[in-house]
Amino acid sequence: MADILKRAKPLAVNPLKVSQPVGASLAFLGLKNALPMLHGSQGCTAFGKVFFVRHFREPIPLQTTAMDQVSSVMGADENVVEGLKTLCEKSKPEIIGLPTTGLSETQGTDIKRLVKQFREMCPQFDHIAVVPVSTPDYVGSLESGFALAVEAIIDVMIQKSALAGRRHKQVNVLAGSMLTPGDIESIKDWIEAFGLRPVVLPDIGDSLDGHLVPQENTPLTLGGTPKAEIESMGESIATLVIGRSLFKAADMLEERTGVPTLRFDHLMGLDASDAFTHALANLSGLPVPEKLERQRAQLQDAMVDTHFMTGFTRIALALDPDLLLAFGDFLVGVGAEIVAAVAPTRAEALADVPCAAVQIGDLEDLERSAKLADAQLLISNSHAAQSAARLHLPLLRAGFPQYDFVGGYARPWVGYRGARQALFDLANLFLGQHHDIPAYRSIYRPAAEADAGLVRH
Amino acid sequence: MQHIMKATQIAELLNEPACTHNDSKEKAGCARPKPGATAGGCSFDGAQIALLPIADVAHIVHGPIACAGSSWDNRGTKTTGPTLFKIGMTTDLTEQDVIMGRGEKRLFHAIKQAIDDYHPAAVFVYATCVTALIGDDMEAVCKAAERHYGVPVVPVDCAGFYGTKNLGNRIAGEAMLKYVIGTREPDPVPEAAQRPGIKVHDISLIGEYNIAGEFFHVLPLFDELGLRILGTLSGDARFAEIQTMHRAEASMVVCAKALLNVARKVEEKWGVPWFEGSFYGVADVSHALREFARLLNDPDLTARTEALIAREEAKADAALAPWRERLKGKRVLLYTGGVKSWSIVSALQDLGMTVVATGTKKSTEEDKARIRELMGPDVNMIDDGSPKALLGAYKELKADILIAGGRNLYTALKARIPFLDINQEREFGYAGYAGMEELARQLALTIESPVWQKVRKPAPWAVPQVGTPLTA
Repeated sequence: MADILKRAKPLAVNPLKVSQPVGASLAFLGLKNALPMLHGSQGCTAFGKVFFVRHFREPIPLQTTAMDQVSSVMGADENVVEGLKTLCEKSKPEIIGLPTTGLSETQGTDIKRLVKQFREMCPQFDHIAVVPVSTPDYVGSLESGFALAVEAIIDVMIQKSALAGRRHKQVNVLAGSMLTPGDIESIKDWIEAFGLRPVVLPDIGDSLDGHLVPQENTPLTLGGTPKAEIESMGESIATLVIGRSLFKAADMLEERTGVPTLRFDHLMGLDASDAFTHALANLSGLPVPEKLERQRAQLQDAMVDTHFMTGFTRIALALDPDLLLAFGDFLVGVGAEIVAAVAPTRAEALADVPCAAVQIGDLEDLERSAKLADAQLLISNSHAAQSAARLHLPLLRAGFPQYDFVGGYARPWVGYRGARQALFDLANLFLGQHHDIPAYRSIYRPAAEADAGLVRH
Repeated sequence: MQHIMKATQIAELLNEPACTHNDSKEKAGCARPKPGATAGGCSFDGAQIALLPIADVAHIVHGPIACAGSSWDNRGTKTTGPTLFKIGMTTDLTEQDVIMGRGEKRLFHAIKQAIDDYHPAAVFVYATCVTALIGDDMEAVCKAAERHYGVPVVPVDCAGFYGTKNLGNRIAGEAMLKYVIGTREPDPVPEAAQRPGIKVHDISLIGEYNIAGEFFHVLPLFDELGLRILGTLSGDARFAEIQTMHRAEASMVVCAKALLNVARKVEEKWGVPWFEGSFYGVADVSHALREFARLLNDPDLTARTEALIAREEAKADAALAPWRERLKGKRVLLYTGGVKSWSIVSALQDLGMTVVATGTKKSTEEDKARIRELMGPDVNMIDDGSPKALLGAYKELKADILIAGGRNLYTALKARIPFLDINQEREFGYAGYAGMEELARQLALTIESPVWQKVRKPAPWAVPQVGTPLTA
């Protein structure tokens, strides 16, 4: 059990936190033919867009209600209705995500009412799902914004029903914001290996994996969970929810549809992977495929090979809560120690991170506590590169954003293979950092030596 | 809401008389953004672009996390000294702060924390939408903090909803005029830097951001000519330098309509003459150096400038010759805003390339006139910057490369076409004579890349079979 240390400073320095509207946008970017529109000023969207473009190296569809001086002061209800209308007419999406921002929330917007108003005014667009979600940036972080959006998607798009299990091969996956597109691909393969058919919500593995498509451009997402699939989630045999931030969304889904929920904090490392594999074997009634048994054995082999490097390694983490818990479990499970842990906001998961304390704070807090605790390795996003350089420590990049590094989005961390690669990378960072015992030269040795063996170029 | 900028003040900024955007009758300043069909940053973004490169200042974003959280440390500007500007700082307001009105108090303590921990030359505080809307009196807090802590604290009233990035640039300029420029006298020229026979002239640059360190290609030329840059807005700048910019003998506005207000007002108040120019392309660099010599009106400087230009142009010509051979006749679709719509054209023509069209969405009538002058009366001007329109124009005009801002990077790549990033987030510096060679290299790198052909061809199994199938 970790103590949670609350934010101690008036000024956040080198922020770790990413805002709720950005997190909500990410969830909507995992839906097919979708287009999120932030209700705020144009900068809210522009910054969010650049943030994602640099991380995913993809064009990112993201619109704005473009609140200006007049609408910020006098009211911006019209902006929402006009914006929705424009998107429906111009871009013809199947789903529009509509997160609010600090600006529109401070103004006191009632986003659900505005969607109702739009529905009344424009019944010709009834076939287009519009999902409003209240995500002010003065509350929570990327993870909670993402979770709120998933809850809103379920709320708006999944009807109350009693058809659970009608599609007897279909399983729902509620995929938390800690999962990369690479993770989601792995999870789908994993499930399919048991003859089951996954419906992943949201599926950024299908939309933000980075693939060239035949059409040259589209104003919408390039893939993701199709609308019809979301609407069919009530007919699945089970919901696998990954990440505690989505447990509430899973509860909503179960309450609405009766589809039973299986909960996973994360899928990193042997134990978590075994739990997931076991669950899939039970659900499908099939034995664990040979291939997975082999991957499991490979991970075990890597664990013994690398335990010399991972054991007692002192690691400092600065990550969103779910990912912090995932890395904590995984690393402690291979003998490492979490000597510093920072999260941007409170979350229930933090209490279970296997370390003494979790600081609610920023990368300055990470840098200071890593130094104080004599950490040997940092795990955080690209922004921590500055801190790592000042501390002369290696950085393993995880979470958002990763802009100084190609392919972070594609990397799978989950499952037997993901864990194995993570162990290799951790071990290599450790080896690269290995400090020899400082040489001691006897006082009885002559000072000058011949330059035998000196290579001359 | 008395602390929000008034609509009339915004209008005044938008109607900058030195900006030719305001010449044409149908277009009063900049138009209102359309919900659901708007791209581009806000005033807060613009203010940060203009000021963040000041390296020894603590830049505090006063607001909830979205504004700083998604944007800190994402500029490509380089410094020769302090790296304080790369430290992201924000009051990261909570719901309690917003509801209970604790923003001002938090800001006051935040300024203290920044001063205590990081010893900045000054603190700049940027307003955001939320703090403007809840009516935080930033000016009063900054004033009190400055008095209390003895470090200059400058408020920048740049709430995002005030308008565009351009407006934010202008607001940033106004803040420098109001609080910084003219508050200190320049230091004497260091003895060690004096050279016999060379009279040192003080100049300033406005709108030069040292993207990717590109100004390091140009600065040695200024040194050689004896032109001391008192201050720059704002590439590799220090607070104390900005304070002295009013003592420049001449000033250059570098590709920045948005900061014309600074040049105009410094001229009005302190009589500093200025010109507009660019450091992109051999001809433009030479032109800029000549303009300084002209404004400084020093015959010896003029002679030395001409000699330097002759030498550097010859050197650049030699370096560019092999690249010109490779780039000759390649067709460019250029889509970039304002001044760059023509300033980069001459650089590309210099490389033997043909600019088949240029974007004019943010260009003024004067810009357009220059474009016609450079590219002939039949030039294609593109107003619609949507991906669809750009790709359509690319095909129709048989272009070989799209040159645009980073926003269009993935539009181009998804469409499998060569691309060069020309805006401020880019990672390569193209300024100066030496920058031209880098520009040529990057152009050739993408145009000649073997990947295009590979990614355009269908998979072998997708090709319809020719001849008879092998099966009997």
